[in-house]
Amino acid sequence: MSETVPAPTARTVIGTPISRAAMAGFAILVIGLVAAPAFVERSLVADLVLVFLMITLAQCWNLLAGYAGLISVGQQAFVGLGGYCLFALIILAGVDPLVAVLLTPLIVAVASVPIGFVVFRLQGAYFAVVTWVVAEVLRLLLAQWQALGGGTGNSLPRTATSEMFALEWVSESFGVRSAAGREIIIYWVALAAVVVVIALAYAMLRSRLGLALSAIRDGEMPAESVGVNILRNKFIVYIFAAFGASLAGALYFLHVSRISPDAAFSVLDWTAYVIFIVVIGGIGTIEGPIIGAILFVVLQSQFAVYGPWYLIALGAFGIVIILVAPRGIWGLFSQATGIQLFPTRRRLVLDNARTSNQGE
Amino acid sequence: MSAVNTIVQGILLGGLYALYAAGLSLIFGVMRLVNLAHGDFIVLAAFVLLGLGTALGLPLPFALIIAVPFMFALGWALQRTILNRALTGDLLVPLLVTFGLSIIIQNGLLLAFSADSRRLSLGELETASLDLGALSIGVVPLLTFVVALAAIAGLSALFYRTPLGRTLRATSDSAEIVQIMGVNPRAVFAIAMGLSFIFIALAAFFMGVRANFDPSAGPARLLYGFEAVVIGGLGSIWGTLVGGIILGIAQTIGGSINPAWQTLAGHVVFLAVILIRPTGLFRRQ
Repeated sequence: MSETVPAPTARTVIGTPISRAAMAGFAILVIGLVAAPAFVERSLVADLVLVFLMITLAQCWNLLAGYAGLISVGQQAFVGLGGYCLFALIILAGVDPLVAVLLTPLIVAVASVPIGFVVFRLQGAYFAVVTWVVAEVLRLLLAQWQALGGGTGNSLPRTATSEMFALEWVSESFGVRSAAGREIIIYWVALAAVVVVIALAYAMLRSRLGLALSAIRDGEMPAESVGVNILRNKFIVYIFAAFGASLAGALYFLHVSRISPDAAFSVLDWTAYVIFIVVIGGIGTIEGPIIGAILFVVLQSQFAVYGPWYLIALGAFGIVIILVAPRGIWGLFSQATGIQLFPTRRRLVLDNARTSNQGE
Repeated sequence: MSAVNTIVQGILLGGLYALYAAGLSLIFGVMRLVNLAHGDFIVLAAFVLLGLGTALGLPLPFALIIAVPFMFALGWALQRTILNRALTGDLLVPLLVTFGLSIIIQNGLLLAFSADSRRLSLGELETASLDLGALSIGVVPLLTFVVALAAIAGLSALFYRTPLGRTLRATSDSAEIVQIMGVNPRAVFAIAMGLSFIFIALAAFFMGVRANFDPSAGPARLLYGFEAVVIGGLGSIWGTLVGGIILGIAQTIGGSINPAWQTLAGHVVFLAVILIRPTGLFRRQ
């Protein structure tokens, strides 16, 4: 026996040169988007708000369904709670709209814990339907809340939004009226929301939690046998999705300044469209929901006038994609090119593999 | 006495919910599929009955006799063409496909029949009632309950007393192993979906006679049916009747206190049931 052979040391790597370049590209894009209200039309700013909110919702649903295996058709529960929480804070508690937008997701995230205890009682397809029941319960309950307009809903008082934090400064610096200034502020907050939600989702997926989720996705029993706490990991994702959905809900209903139980808890707007976005864009990736949301807002602006025909086409398109190309647009692209802008999978790199081979 | 009346009405309403639930329970039992378009197919069937009644001028019971085989064929074809493809083992695919179907049906009905509320008419029978002293029982609710009872008894007999039932149960136990016995599970799934659609036709008939419906009425029917399935116990045929009755009683009691609480009371009882009877995730160590 001769000298000892040094054991090969290995490390795990997640990022790639392309993904690092993409991060730099995204940073530049975000800076450009921050400045955008200064030089783009007002209608585009409104469209971008919708894109940001749909990306936020889609990232949350994607985390649930694409990573945690929690297929929810009841995310409208949290969008609606977000909207109603915002209105309650502004109208009943007199909180500044911007502060209310920041408080709302925290409050709803706390409220999602007891809701989670109920819906987690059932699994799989049954979980999906229970989430829908919960959203219906919330819709029916809030329709009883007369202080916020009951079944017909309520509008934000003009004074509440015209005295919004930073509004005067923004209106003056952009030389616009207060309504347009308000839109710019909401646009910035929506941009911040989507960046934060994507960053948090990305960080979560690259952390131990992401590793645990992939283990769960590959097989619950083996994952449990190596010590992954399935319930805890899924619950964290569930709470995060509630946080993100309520943030989007708060911003949307601040944007439109009007809320009603049917709009707040609409399964079509806040779940069906979002599922469509994630499935078309590519489930189980960060890029997919972004692509899907942009595509969706473009389709919506071009074809929504066709009403029911548009929705029939959307439903049929969704069915075809899930049956024929279940990984969506980004999945097809990524498979063909190997490109991932937001890689989350760990790759094993052996540092001294060659040395150890020579030693043999 | 009015409390007794409320409970009797609730039990009879439960018959309708059992009809919603039995079809859902059947296909979940045989192929682990939750059809999110189940309620929309009930509404579609109600419009089919309406169409047969107005277009062909058929009396409603005759329309039902035509609609039952038609709906069976529709369910069978749906399973053969689309849903068998969706049963890939990935839970997401059948849920999304049936959710997509739900949107297509709702909007298709909206285009064909507008958003107006409709009702199926049985003539004088609709308002007829039996007076039993202080109790007054509507003939239509009673008929609904009797038909639900008979249909569920029929399904149970089919399941446990016939060769087809044996094949259905065997496929439910293992779609892989029945293939060794020369059974094509996809063909069995198509028959199960057809049977589910017979329940859809029956449910549509009584839903349409008892209350107004419009193209957007489907999801609520799905939720009631689903709640009845879960309350009654997953996979049990007679359980759907028990679940339907509990849900019906909860709704009529809620509605008798405040009309706005009818649906809410049903949902709350359902959530209470799943809290008390944990399944799966929260299992004890």
